[in-house]
Amino acid sequence: MASRQLPGKLKIYLGYAAGVGKTYQMLDEAQEMKRQGRDVVIGYFEPHGRHDTIAKTEGLEMIPRRKVDYRGTTFEEMDTDAILRRHPEVCVVDEFPHTNVPGSPRLKRWQDVETLLEAGIDVLTTMNIQHLESLNDQVWQITGVRVRETIPDWVMSKADQVVMVDLTPRALLNRLARGVVYAPEKAKKALENFFQESTLVALRELALRQTAHEVEIRQVDYDTPGFETAPAYTDEAEEVPRSGERILIFVTPDPASATLIRRGKRVADYLHADCFAVAVRAEEDSDQAASPEREALDRHLNFARNLHIETRVLEGKDVPKTLVEFARLNGVTQMFLSRTKLSRWAALFGGDLMRQVVHLARDMQVMIVAERHHQPHQ
Amino acid sequence: MLTNAPRRPTPEELLRQVQAEEEYERRGRLKVFLGYASGVGKSFRMLDEGRRRHERGQDVVVGAIQPKISPEIEPLLGKLETIPLRFVEGIPVMDMEAILKRHPAVCLVDGLAYDNPPGSANPSRWQDVEHLLDAGISVITSVNIQYIDELRERVEQITGKRVTQTVPRSFLNSADEIVVVDAPPETCITRSHDGKIDSAAEAQKLSELREIALLLAADVVDRQLEQYVQRSGFPQTFGAQERILVCITPRANAAPMIASGRRNADRFHGDLIVAYVRQPEISAGDQEALERNLAIARAANAHIEILEGEHPIEAILQFAREHSITQIFAGHSTRERWWERLLGTPLDRLIRDAGDIDVRVFPH
Repeated sequence: MASRQLPGKLKIYLGYAAGVGKTYQMLDEAQEMKRQGRDVVIGYFEPHGRHDTIAKTEGLEMIPRRKVDYRGTTFEEMDTDAILRRHPEVCVVDEFPHTNVPGSPRLKRWQDVETLLEAGIDVLTTMNIQHLESLNDQVWQITGVRVRETIPDWVMSKADQVVMVDLTPRALLNRLARGVVYAPEKAKKALENFFQESTLVALRELALRQTAHEVEIRQVDYDTPGFETAPAYTDEAEEVPRSGERILIFVTPDPASATLIRRGKRVADYLHADCFAVAVRAEEDSDQAASPEREALDRHLNFARNLHIETRVLEGKDVPKTLVEFARLNGVTQMFLSRTKLSRWAALFGGDLMRQVVHLARDMQVMIVAERHHQPHQ
Repeated sequence: MLTNAPRRPTPEELLRQVQAEEEYERRGRLKVFLGYASGVGKSFRMLDEGRRRHERGQDVVVGAIQPKISPEIEPLLGKLETIPLRFVEGIPVMDMEAILKRHPAVCLVDGLAYDNPPGSANPSRWQDVEHLLDAGISVITSVNIQYIDELRERVEQITGKRVTQTVPRSFLNSADEIVVVDAPPETCITRSHDGKIDSAAEAQKLSELREIALLLAADVVDRQLEQYVQRSGFPQTFGAQERILVCITPRANAAPMIASGRRNADRFHGDLIVAYVRQPEISAGDQEALERNLAIARAANAHIEILEGEHPIEAILQFAREHSITQIFAGHSTRERWWERLLGTPLDRLIRDAGDIDVRVFPH
């Protein structure tokens, strides 16, 4: 135990849009570290043709990218193995939420970063708030964009530091207009879509609140002696006091389950509650292996597990009754369901599972999670 | 009938809008760099922005700078024109006469919370800044949250230090732009004391201050978002902030609902609103029960709304949509009639029609 490699430290520069200056600030800090005599390399850097940012890489050693051929096109990825061989003290890794080209050793760049951290290398990285998994639905509501490359919340909460890189939307729009962020055609398109001022203001507020939350959850660490050397970078880091709340998320094949899982997990994280995801299979179809419904359900349960939520599949003829009895037996205080879309007639003649659960579980809190819709701005 | 169509403004409203826009065009713009401790780099960011604007051809002067100058700041100052502070009875005062005469496009002002000596035109420097804005000069300034009047007590509890000179929160709200200068606590400690972290307690204090600064900035940003929504006349149920609406009736078991609402609102740093839909005739006993429930809401520091409307569920949903509510808390009813069991209770209707809003049902 004594000689175990101390994991590296992770610092995330968090922004709310391209062009706020995350990479610039990260490289600025890397330069400062180098001046202080630390061994810093750049593991991955995305120049985007921004001259100020490119100038900031001067004098820093850059590990060449790995070239990968995929379906006739050559892609360039971070060469994690080369970085491990070089083994610097600190590695700069741009664009944390990136998905690697198929066939790479790891699916996601954040997994590459985990590998570096496990090897004892400190990592500086950048990401935008849009990419945080639990905010995926809210971001879609605000922007109308369904972000595919996401970072699970537990990955961010394991970082040693999260720093907000702030810039006002107006200043960002000026930068865009001056051509600092994108080339002219791309800038014009961006201004028409994502870069509307009200959208940017809403995303910025999300980023500020998330950073405040990240600061708050780390305050617990400061109470324990020796926090400077022992950040909570272990999976068994369950030092956060639990609140006694137990949240059950009822997962079904319905596509709304993804929103439900994110929402339930976010509330559980904020309330320091235990959280598990439960599905109920009617007994008669338990042996039908490969129906599309079964596939959807497995996908949702897998999604929950990726967010570090414990899952359970129950079997029973009467679905609402099985669910509510299980919840009661396990001391659940809050049950999360998604709103089912049923006509009044269908609801009247049986089908409405949600209504049945609400009326059966009269002794606990039941949260009915709405589907989110994007409302275009004027 | 609920509608998403924007309401047509009256001629008076249009006139007021035009006047407000003209006033806005005439005034200078205010930009504030907000920090949570000294050493976080507020003054640097302010001067660096001044330098960049100067290099882009804007007419920038430094109107006030702190007496202690860090080595990082010196080269920036060298590139900018400075109008020196005057000293009146040993107190540094911004030379308003000289600045107004020079009339730059942009003036950089540090030390926003300084009081001016008695007999000055304005009691405090932040009022000098308002004067400059009125004169059409844009101002870039920086301030530490410990000097925000409304935060003074909270910050004092954390730091144990008392400040006597402050800036009102309304001044921050009036800013066109606010930027939070964020950095981990270690940065400020090494910068200000040039040494190691004194203790875990010190880091804890700074971390709490940092959280306050981020949330303050988020609140100011939230106000901006509201203004956009108002300007576009478009109701918007999304928001970055949780807004919880607890619906109560005389017979509701309100205490656990309000307590849970408070806890959720606090954890998410959101708003808590308790609403009651007025009913035409209620018994003396119900009236008393209602008063008890409203007293619980007041004690929980909730914002209380008495809604009017023939149909309670519609009144609640309309209010919720207009106020960007994200969660509605409601209780099971005590009496359920046979036709409700068949056709659906009011609670069922609330759940069905809540649209983008989450509904949390409480046991009775």
